[in-house]
Amino acid sequence: MDPDRRKFLSASVSTAATAAFARALNAEAAPAQPSSKSAHEPLDVTIVVNGRERRMALDPRTTLLDALREHLGLTGTKKGCDHGQCGACTVLAQGQRILSCLTLAASVQNRDVTTIEGLIGASGALHPMQQAFIDHDAFQCGYCTPGQIMSAIACVHEGHAGSDGEIREYMSGNLCRCGAYPNIVAAVNDAKTAMASPG
Amino acid sequence: MRPFSFESVTTANDAIAAGASGDGGMEFLAGGTTLIDLMKLDVMRPTRVVDINALARTELGRIDVQRQGLRLGALVRMAEAAEHADINTVYPAVAQSLRLAASQQIRNMASLAGNVLQRTRCPYFRDVSYEQCNKREPGSGCAALDGINRSHAVLGTSDQCIASYPGDFAQALIALGAIVDIAGPRGMRDIPFAALHRKPGDAPDIETTLQSGEMITAFFIPAALWTRRSVFLKIRDRESYEFALASAVVALDLEEDKVRDVRIALGGVATIPWRATAAEAVLKGKVLSARSKRAAADAAFADAHAHEHNAFKIELGKRTLIRALDQAAAMEI
Repeated sequence: MDPDRRKFLSASVSTAATAAFARALNAEAAPAQPSSKSAHEPLDVTIVVNGRERRMALDPRTTLLDALREHLGLTGTKKGCDHGQCGACTVLAQGQRILSCLTLAASVQNRDVTTIEGLIGASGALHPMQQAFIDHDAFQCGYCTPGQIMSAIACVHEGHAGSDGEIREYMSGNLCRCGAYPNIVAAVNDAKTAMASPG
Repeated sequence: MRPFSFESVTTANDAIAAGASGDGGMEFLAGGTTLIDLMKLDVMRPTRVVDINALARTELGRIDVQRQGLRLGALVRMAEAAEHADINTVYPAVAQSLRLAASQQIRNMASLAGNVLQRTRCPYFRDVSYEQCNKREPGSGCAALDGINRSHAVLGTSDQCIASYPGDFAQALIALGAIVDIAGPRGMRDIPFAALHRKPGDAPDIETTLQSGEMITAFFIPAALWTRRSVFLKIRDRESYEFALASAVVALDLEEDKVRDVRIALGGVATIPWRATAAEAVLKGKVLSARSKRAAADAAFADAHAHEHNAFKIELGKRTLIRALDQAAAMEI
């Protein structure tokens, strides 16, 4: 930042609130991020997917969903509406559930992303939530299921699976056109107990 | 999606510098839940996207509950503010307005500043196959005036645009008299939240008073006697994950059953976040009674103007406000 600009900015600070922001102006927030000089230059993007560092050269327009499916071959995460309305593309980023269709791959640089493929443990055992979906017949066609399961795991971790009503409210971002909702609620209820028990 | 250049900034200075470069096709990217959606629909067409998410590790990502008020950084995510214990106790309408919006996935992504700047859900705005939309293509006309306008606004409309403002959080901010901190190429400034959004008038494409390259850095809600007794009530076609047909924020300062002061905002029914000052004036100093509540609701919608399919919103909006008043009055604080 050039000195004139610095002076100008600090001179314009008028309130305590903006003073706090001014202090943050020069704070280096994070390591370097990908950037492209032009729209036609590929971005060098690294994402830690299911514990494995994956480096890709991507068009800036590539969503996390398309990076997973088309570039890494991880087709477990589904493309439903592609507009953030159905939840089929739900994955975990830094442990939090997000919609991969509305996330640019470049904006999750160096982040930990977990997909349905990353749930199976080293022993090959299913995650308790996956097992509960099978036990409770919580799907018919199965297309929404990976998103439902990722969302359900986050729902339990967030502490939002306290009652049937709370599960329904906090799972409302995942649509199921087959209408398996009652069995999905039963599966989440069941898995939350299994997830709480050690081992 | 059209091509764009992408860059991530790691300091607020770099973000402001990006804004100062005078590139009219620049958009800041936070949660992306509006921007990426509308870019896929070809409604928004930035040539340059500047990712500001790394700034969430600075002041922009902080919640600060102070004696003087509540300070919310622009990059705080909806879910974080919705579940904050002090916000739920001292500013319940703020937490409710965030918790009842969108889905948990979207609340984990969407920033507070992005939330207040979200674009209308008017189907004629979102679908570029409709030629007429004064928001999208200034001067092209408004397909909603003679189209299916059930979801559209009855307050703050013009003959150029009747699109309703879709958000919920903004109603809490305008009711509680929030201040918006803004940083940009010409320095920093703060404005009342009520001065952020513009009515459509004859320029529906200009939705806010933000200047080119400016970004919101924080919201400040001043502490007041009415914040603890505050309610956000949302009425919609389905019980979850849906935009409001009508909503109301009521914040009450009661002396027994007499209204010492009251703040009222309405959502789902107006083109911008809507403070119902006429309704507030009706109630101030009065006892909350069926008659005074009805008079306030009538005052709130006195200037309402309906179109073919949305006349129901006038009565629905009044009943929503009356119920919100009842809920606020019944709160145990």
